[in-house]
Amino acid sequence: MTILKSAKGFWLSILLSIILFAIIQFLIIGEYLNGFYINTIFFMGINIILAVSLHLIIGITGQFSIGHAGFLAVGAYASAVVSMKLGLPFPLAIIMGGLVAAIAGLVIGIPSLRLKGDYLAIATLGFGEIVRIVFLNIDYVGGASGLQVSHLTTWPWVFVCMMITLLVIRNFTNSTHGRACISIREDETAADAMGINTTYYKVVAFVIGSFFAGIAGSLYAHNFYIIQPSNFGFLKSFDILIYVVLGGLGSMSGAVVAAILLTIISTFLQDFPETRMVIYSILLIVMMIYRPQGLMGTREITSFFKKKKSVEGGPKDDNQHTVA
Amino acid sequence: MTTNTPLLKVDNAGIQFGGLKAVQGVNVELDRGELVGLIGPNGAGKTTFFNLLTGVYVPTEGSISLNGEKLNKQAPYKITRKGISRTFQNIRLFSELSVIDNVKVAYHSLAKHSIASSIFRVPGHFSGETEMHEKAVEFLKIFNLDRFMNEKAKNLPYGQQRRLEIARALAANPKLLLLDEPAAGMNPQETQELMKLIALIREKFDLTVLLIEHDMALVMGVCDRIYVLDHGQLIAQGTPAEIRNDPKVIEAYLGEEVS
Amino acid sequence: MELIQQLINGISLGSIYALIALGYTMVYGIVKLINFAHGDVFMVGAFVGFYSITLLDLSFFPALLLTMAVTAIFGVIIERIAYKPLRNATRIAALITAIGVSLLIEYGFIYFRGAQPEAYPSGVLPTEKISILGVSINSQSIFILCTSVVLMIILQFVVHKTKIGKAMRAVSFDAEAAKLMGINVNNTISATFAIGSALAGAAGVIFGTYYSKIEPLMGIIPGLKAFVAAVLGGIGIIPGAMVGGLLLGVVESLVSAAGYSLWRDAVAFIVLILILIFLPSGLFGKNRREKV
Repeated sequence: MTILKSAKGFWLSILLSIILFAIIQFLIIGEYLNGFYINTIFFMGINIILAVSLHLIIGITGQFSIGHAGFLAVGAYASAVVSMKLGLPFPLAIIMGGLVAAIAGLVIGIPSLRLKGDYLAIATLGFGEIVRIVFLNIDYVGGASGLQVSHLTTWPWVFVCMMITLLVIRNFTNSTHGRACISIREDETAADAMGINTTYYKVVAFVIGSFFAGIAGSLYAHNFYIIQPSNFGFLKSFDILIYVVLGGLGSMSGAVVAAILLTIISTFLQDFPETRMVIYSILLIVMMIYRPQGLMGTREITSFFKKKKSVEGGPKDDNQHTVA
Repeated sequence: MTTNTPLLKVDNAGIQFGGLKAVQGVNVELDRGELVGLIGPNGAGKTTFFNLLTGVYVPTEGSISLNGEKLNKQAPYKITRKGISRTFQNIRLFSELSVIDNVKVAYHSLAKHSIASSIFRVPGHFSGETEMHEKAVEFLKIFNLDRFMNEKAKNLPYGQQRRLEIARALAANPKLLLLDEPAAGMNPQETQELMKLIALIREKFDLTVLLIEHDMALVMGVCDRIYVLDHGQLIAQGTPAEIRNDPKVIEAYLGEEVS
Repeated sequence: MELIQQLINGISLGSIYALIALGYTMVYGIVKLINFAHGDVFMVGAFVGFYSITLLDLSFFPALLLTMAVTAIFGVIIERIAYKPLRNATRIAALITAIGVSLLIEYGFIYFRGAQPEAYPSGVLPTEKISILGVSINSQSIFILCTSVVLMIILQFVVHKTKIGKAMRAVSFDAEAAKLMGINVNNTISATFAIGSALAGAAGVIFGTYYSKIEPLMGIIPGLKAFVAAVLGGIGIIPGAMVGGLLLGVVESLVSAAGYSLWRDAVAFIVLILILIFLPSGLFGKNRREKV
């Protein structure tokens, strides 16, 4: 019973997103949208990828990483090197951006994920800064003056990458592997005592998160005409962190909604960066004091539509099952 | 392993924090199917001893073996997979997860479907998850927790949370179950139910149980044998009747009532 | 001789890190919070010092004292408004709030004042070259070093010899027990923020006199590095923060001297990560375990 209904829900949301894609594609091709709006839409997609990738690390696995811009940078530079220096096609550059960022995630994750809480936060922040300084010192990618990149990012690419990110992270979360990650978030000692290899899952979540941050980096790099190390400072990391926190730690749809809202806000405040940061920071503080669980808490948007069902039975966070 | 090796053999084990010997020279042997109590005054090192058995702490002296296999320096999750599972003194459930998901986490190490199969939703993922789900439902029925299946663990009443924690520990399929003060904070009626539950799990699962408890009625009522720990050292062991009359135990508990 | 010159630069820089690190370490010791806004208190201190020297026409020491008073109050305000409501919240919520407060101070400051930098007037402190054993040392460095050392000695005195210091130590050891013993935990925490912020303010003035240029985002990097210094020395441990700060300053100066000045900022973070991984309790810290 449930499997039919929820599968219906799944295909319905896929259908809706394809319609959304087609509408936007139509508006872009027909030149009904000007560059400003198109750019905002691209940013929305890229920020959703970033938000959801960090959501897996912080919201699901509970590992407080605040250097996510480092992986964005690695992806951006790696893909730019592949497309600009090696002259390889854009799709390959996107994938390489993700893979190189994933490797960076692995290399950084293995030592630092032994740390907990505040210490992990500050170590990841440190790693983010080191990544930035490394790019600053590599002449091959232009050092401080940056690297020229062609504008290759298009709406179909943004859409496809965003959908893949959402699906992969949703599928991972709604499985025994995702539950293992959540158990680490909830109580690492107990997870360990239940036979969960906590180190392994922390690293896995970190690597998957880094991979998609790298994908976002590829799209980001090819949406600008130039990338510079200064684009990837920890203010960028905080931006991504804010999406996840505002949306609700543990809620993927919350992260998506927050990314959309804040992208709109920051686009309109583009010319007033201070105002934007003041609003962001007040938002953060007020949120933490009055609603620390974020907009959505750990719930997903879908749970608002099926409140009744969860009482009847059936695993509510994996809607692909039948109830025995 | 031959049947005459004890299930658990703790040989002269101890741990030192800085200069403080929290546990020292402890020798414990548990045979299959036994229900053994571990008692002692507050701060005697009982929980520390559990932490040694489960790998949370690494013993600084002596050795611990399960079924004749040394467990020294193994990560806690590996020890759990080898067959020692536990509950905690202060309940440590995965509070945001549902009751059934708490149990499924304990099944995780048996999962056959890989991360990739879950990400790409190949048939193996569905069959693996379905099997896990069905198993967990059946399991919860034994503990009468199936009616709370989709409740978040944190929303359960206190007694049921204790019950779920024991169920979760059992779901990890242990050979040796360690219960750390399961009756703490329970009223007499809940304690009665707990005693029934312990009897039930002994009957249903082929298990050895080591139990830390302050409720003497419970310990004396259900345990085959009892170890007494004081100041990190074993001061007595024997049947409930022997322990009740042991002068050293009475001395350790001076001021506390041994009923 | 070049090396000694660099060492002295390093010590001067290190004493600034140490002063900021003290505030981090004291606050962390007492409320287990990485007060990200601490670097911004340092920035505010630099500006208060600047305005008291240029507008109020004060000389170095009165300006230093005024700044310390202002930043102490500022620190208490931050604590009361933003952190106090979160006393029982999760660590992550507190950390995010601290990040928010930091951003708010930085950008609120820019919003109301503008982002343009200022330069401390020269001659706030005498800048003669003093020659000791063939090494010429700027008298400013000596002034700065002495000021920092005096402040640290006063701090040690406050923490170990006064009633409030005793209360601070008690609360950081066990807040619940301290409360039961009749210690006003809220006031003690505020006092800790006040003292820590006063030291950061002093560091701001010293930084301004030494490096001249100040700007609203100047607190971020020294703030982070001071945190590294606190971790290096063992977080929560006051002498540790001093040693950590000095050590970090010296290492950075030596790296610059060796010709890798572009990597200077990375050094602190590399040190941080090495320390966190190999010696997480720092040089002077004791190993603490989570109670299970």
